[in-house]
Parts: sequence; structure tokens; C-alpha cells
Amino acid sequence: MASAVFRAPSLAEAPESVRRLPPFTDLPLFHVRPDCREDWKAARLRKNALGERKANDGRAPIGVEGGIVLRFATGMAEPPIDAPDTEAVAEASRAPINADLSPEAKRDLLATMIRIRRFEERSLRAYQQGHIGGFLHLYIGQESVATGTVSVLGEHDHFITAYRDHGHALAGGMSMDECMAELYGKATGCSRGKGGSMHFFAPERHYWGGHGIVAGQTPLGLGLAFALKYKQIPGCCLCFLGEGAVNQGVFHESLNLASLWSIPVVYIIENNGYSMGTSEARSSRFSDHLASRAEAYDMKWETVVANHIYTVREATERHARHAREHSQPVLLEYKTYRYRGHSVADANSEKYRTKEEIEHYQETMDPITVYRKTLQEEGILDNEQVQAMEKAAKDEAAAAAKFAEKSEFPPVSSITEDVYWESDQPERTSGGRLFF
Amino acid sequence: MPEITYRQAINDALAEEIERDENVFVMGEEVAQYNGAYKVTEGLYDRFGEDRIKDTPISEAGFIGMGIGASMLGLRPVMELMFWSFSYVAFDQIVNNAAMVRYMSGGLTHVPIVIRGPANGGTNVGATHSHTPENFMAHTPGLKVVCPATPYDAKGLLKTAIRDNDPVYVMENTLLYGNKGEVPTEEYTIPLGHAQVLREGRDVSLIGHGRSILTALEAAGHLAGEGIEAEVVDLRSLRPLDIDTVLASVARTHRVVLVDENKPFCGVSAQVSHMIQEEAFDELDAPIRRVTSLDAPAIYSDPLEREQLPNPRRIQEAVQQVLEDAPRAAG
Repeated sequence: MASAVFRAPSLAEAPESVRRLPPFTDLPLFHVRPDCREDWKAARLRKNALGERKANDGRAPIGVEGGIVLRFATGMAEPPIDAPDTEAVAEASRAPINADLSPEAKRDLLATMIRIRRFEERSLRAYQQGHIGGFLHLYIGQESVATGTVSVLGEHDHFITAYRDHGHALAGGMSMDECMAELYGKATGCSRGKGGSMHFFAPERHYWGGHGIVAGQTPLGLGLAFALKYKQIPGCCLCFLGEGAVNQGVFHESLNLASLWSIPVVYIIENNGYSMGTSEARSSRFSDHLASRAEAYDMKWETVVANHIYTVREATERHARHAREHSQPVLLEYKTYRYRGHSVADANSEKYRTKEEIEHYQETMDPITVYRKTLQEEGILDNEQVQAMEKAAKDEAAAAAKFAEKSEFPPVSSITEDVYWESDQPERTSGGRLFF
Repeated sequence: MPEITYRQAINDALAEEIERDENVFVMGEEVAQYNGAYKVTEGLYDRFGEDRIKDTPISEAGFIGMGIGASMLGLRPVMELMFWSFSYVAFDQIVNNAAMVRYMSGGLTHVPIVIRGPANGGTNVGATHSHTPENFMAHTPGLKVVCPATPYDAKGLLKTAIRDNDPVYVMENTLLYGNKGEVPTEEYTIPLGHAQVLREGRDVSLIGHGRSILTALEAAGHLAGEGIEAEVVDLRSLRPLDIDTVLASVARTHRVVLVDENKPFCGVSAQVSHMIQEEAFDELDAPIRRVTSLDAPAIYSDPLEREQLPNPRRIQEAVQQVLEDAPRAAG
């Protein structure tokens, strides 16, 4: 049997009503009603003429400068970051938060970054094999940020992020098994197969997700921090967002509220240079640094080259401590880079930037490579240990994929579970129907 | 029993719950120092202070989202929207975050928030301030929606809403704030999902919620003068929905007129109508009729807005229509 192909009807065969184009009419700039009073009509027309004169009063119209017509930027932007901040790394390595770490603890940080990368690579393979559908936003290249920030959190601190959330989950202590199973949509997933890649949660680890709508989590992070302050708990909340989220209104509302009410929220912009396929230069206007927008809200800010975990830990610890001790918000911008596309489905990941740009970062600034070198220079890491870490991470990721594969899909009956707290209890407290 | 206003009933509910539970606080535009745009929170700021009664800037998405985040950590915020019309600038927070977070976390997160405020037309303020989004909200699994029509219900349902562990959206009505009604002095709550028969009758069921059901009650009074006995059923809670009380009424009267301030397309009455035909088809002697807001943006001009909203005359006409469709037995 021939495969069924939908054939569009030819226009020639189509009835007259289909072929006829709707009568497009140029709309006037404004509509003067026929019953309009003559003096009103005249006033409206005058106003319009005034507008036209203004555009031609000798000054260059908007979009033209020095006789040159400016075009909207369409080409490649400057690379988001092109050099490590060696001075900051040296300084951060001497800070107590890093200097006081045991060799083992330092190696653990490397192991966590390697685990995140191997998990992401394994999940990519599962996606390509068709085990995972939907969106898959990989964290590869940014590992120093999630690992570094979450590693300095105290017992009363909380964190919440956007949709590129696998790294934060693993850094926060979630297991590869529950994360991979969630990607597979299995009942053993961290959200019982109900959230998927963008919605990992572990409230018991103070990890509040995993949020799919750009900037949607920014007031939630504020609320978590507000609750800490309300309950007089000496903690703070790290709220991560991408640099593409900074142009959402709700983020600005959140910044204002945070500063207005002195809420201990630490906003961390993970600036990887591209909001999907749009470079920072094509999406945000700011002076000097993106994070300096905080000044408009009388809020502290800092921009950090974040490819080295020491700088991430030093800056995060310093600002989180300040947030806790003074109940003050801060806006941090961590310059980082993602190797893969916006999501796996982003086929253009090498079209809005050059291959060289990606390679340059990988060769000179890769968070895992640079930190490995640091530990080797410190004389606390040998090649065997690296290989063991690599192998352990790969094995763990492979085992997680196997676990996910073997796990059951959730039963159909679970579709209506976890909707309401009430309906998940043995007895209802309200009457009537909750589901339709 | 003392008679108090709808406004006072809500104020009392808030005060009692703030006193009862330290996790309860009220937040919204002008709720504290200004004493409430509609004076619903009058006196609460002086009584409980700024930690419990908090003025916000005009940032609905920001402060409602903040309340959702705070509720995830166990607080019970009662957020006031000056109008539910303003929920549209916070739609992502109200619908995506409040309603979905529990589900997407596989049941690990709870959002015990209350969002309340007036959702009504009829106040001569134009289309953008006259929305009735109870159908939008009740459409969303994860949300609960109540629409109290009387002071007694307003107090009892709000207290229950605050204690509920799910997000509950309470839709009030500026035209009802001044209405008086009996409210017991002793403490009480009203469980969600229980409709109430406000008037018994055998000829036709008038079913609706909020101020519309009071309009229906008024129409029922006029109809009684013409010898037509209308039963009036106040849904009170849209989600959960007490459809059983509705069906029982239909089984008594066999004729239905739904009264709804929503617009007709996908309004609350569309859902109720569907459920009646599906579950009580054999009980119906006539097609279900609806009296909704006329299908256009809320008009500013006062007399026309009265006509646009359900009013007693239009309800009486709809009742006459169903009685023509299915005349009562002679004698």
C-alpha cells in the first residue's frame, strides 16, 4: 500500500470562494467617523499633519545616524567570554572557602562536575536513541556554576532554577537514577514521570525545581527567601536564571520587591551568551555589565567569569553570607558557556555562533579541564584518580540509563494523582467533584 | 444572629485566621495603610501590623509569584487582587506556577495560597476592569474556585480556603460588599463543594453563582407573582462542583435556566449545561436555557451595562421560554 501523503488541493480546482483573496484594505492611520463633528475632524487631521512634520524637521529620523542607515543586528556577536580571569582565580583559590577545603573535598567537586557531564552525555544518547522525547536542555560547559554554587549552601539555604536544571539537581545530591528515569518518563523518576527534563524537584534537599517558563521561577525564589525571613530562619535562597530571562517583566518586579523588602535572595544569572539562538548583544541593552541593571533597584551586583569553580564558590559564599547576615538581595552574573544547543532539538547551535567560538572555549576555559589542572598543580590529583572518576561517572550514568529503561511507565490511573493535595488523601474534605 | 456586611464578613474571616495561624498573612495593593481599595481589610493593619498585613507595589506577577513561592515553604498567604481583572498580568504565576508545581514535582510541593478579590462587572468601569475569570481558573486542574454570594458564605468559605492545602481562588464582588446578611457570632467554616438551594420551587431551576444567583432570586420573586415557582440553586463553589445538588433540582423541576455573569462561550454555564444533559437527559422536559452576559466586552455606558449583565427581566424571559418549550400540566 502506498503511504498516505496529504495532497494539497490545487488552487485551480478550488472553488471560487477559496481562490478569491480577501479584499485587503489599507487602514487609515485613524478613522474619522462620518458623523464626526467638523471641528473635531479638522483637529484630528491637524494632529496627524503635525506628526508628519515632526518626522521631517531636519533631524535624522530614528534608525539613521550620520547619514548611515542602521540595520538591525543580524550577524554573529562577539563571543560571550573569551578569556579566563586568572587573577580572580588566584585570589579565589586563597579565599578560606576554597583554601580550607580538604584535598578530598576538592576532588569531590571535580567528581561532581564530571558526573554532571557524563549524565548529560548519556541522556543525549538516550534522546538520540528515542528513549527520551520533548525538550532536553543540556548543561554541558556550565558545570562549574551549579556545582560551585550549591556546594557552598548552608543547612537553611534553598535553591531554585529554570529549565536547564539537571546540573543543579545532581549537584544538590539527587541521584542519577531518579533523574534519568524522569527523563524517560518513568514512574521511578523524581517527579514520577510528570515533570520531565525541565521539572526536577527535591524539596527535601531544598531544591525547588526545575521551571519551564523563562523567568517564571524568579518570583518563586523571592517567595522562598521571603518565607525564610518571615519565619526568621537564617538562610537565603539562590534563584538561578538564564541571561535570556532578564528581559521578562516578572524578573524586574521580583528585583524591585527583593530590594524594597530586603529579601535574602541571591539571583544568579547564568550568562551563557545565548538565549536560544539570540546572542546577548541582540537581546539585551545595558551599560558595562548585564548585572549592573541591579543598580536601578539599589541592589548589589557582581559579574564573575565562572568557568573556574573556585571563583564561583568564593563569590557565591561571600554574597550568600551577606544575604543571610544582612537580609539583602544581590544580583550575580556568572559568565559561562554551553557547548550544546539551547535544547537537543536546537539544530542551529552552530549557526548563531561559530564552531571556532565553541572550540576556543572548550580548549581554553572548559570548567572540568581547568579545575583538573588546578588540582594537579596543587599536587592533590593524579591521572589515576581522574580516570577513576571518569569511569565511575560513566558507569553510574550507564547504570542510571539501564535503571530508567527497566523501570515501568506510570499507570494511567496516576494521571489524576498529584493534582490536588486533597484528592491524594485517603478522605476528601470538600464535597462535589474535583475532576471532570 | 447579627447582620453584617459581606465586606465585614471577609474582614472577620481574615482577622480570625490571622489570629489562629501565624503562617497566615495578607498582602496586596493598598491592603494595609490605605485600609483596602474596597475597605475589605479595614483596621487589620492597625490590629496586626505590617508583618501580617503588607502593602505591595503594583506588581501582580511579582507579588503573587512571591506568595506562591512563600506558600511552597509552608506559609499561607492571602493575596488580594484589587480586581480579578488584574490577574491577567500575573497569569503565568496564577495558572502555571500555582496550579502546576505540585503536579510537575510528582506531589512533592504544595501551594496553600489564597488569592481573593472582586471579579465582577456592573460597576461602570469599562471592559478591562470588569472581567469574571472564574471559568478560566476553574478550567485549570490544580486550582479550586469559590464564588460566595452572601456574607455568611463569604466568611465561611474564605476561612476554609485559607486552611485548604491547595490553591483556592475566591471571587468576590464589589456590588456585594455592602450587602448585609446574617452571620453567626460563633466560629464556623463552610466546606468547599456544597451548593445550596436558596429557594425551593417546582417549575424551573435557576442555577448560578455569585451575584448572578441573587439576581435569579429576585427574578424568582417576580415569577412567583405570576404563579411560577422557580427553584434557585447557588453553586457557591465551582471547583469542586456540587453537581449532585444541581441534578437533584433538575429532577424536581425538569426545566433549567442557567444564570451566569460569564460570557456564554466556555463560561461556567456551558460546563454545567453539559453535565446536566449528560447525567440528567431524561429528566429534561425542555432545552436548557442560559442567561449570561451579552457576548461583547463589558460596555461602559451604565444603562447598557445593566442590560448586558444578567438581570431579572432577561431571566424571567428565559423562564417564559422554557415554559413555552415545555408547558406545565394544566391545573
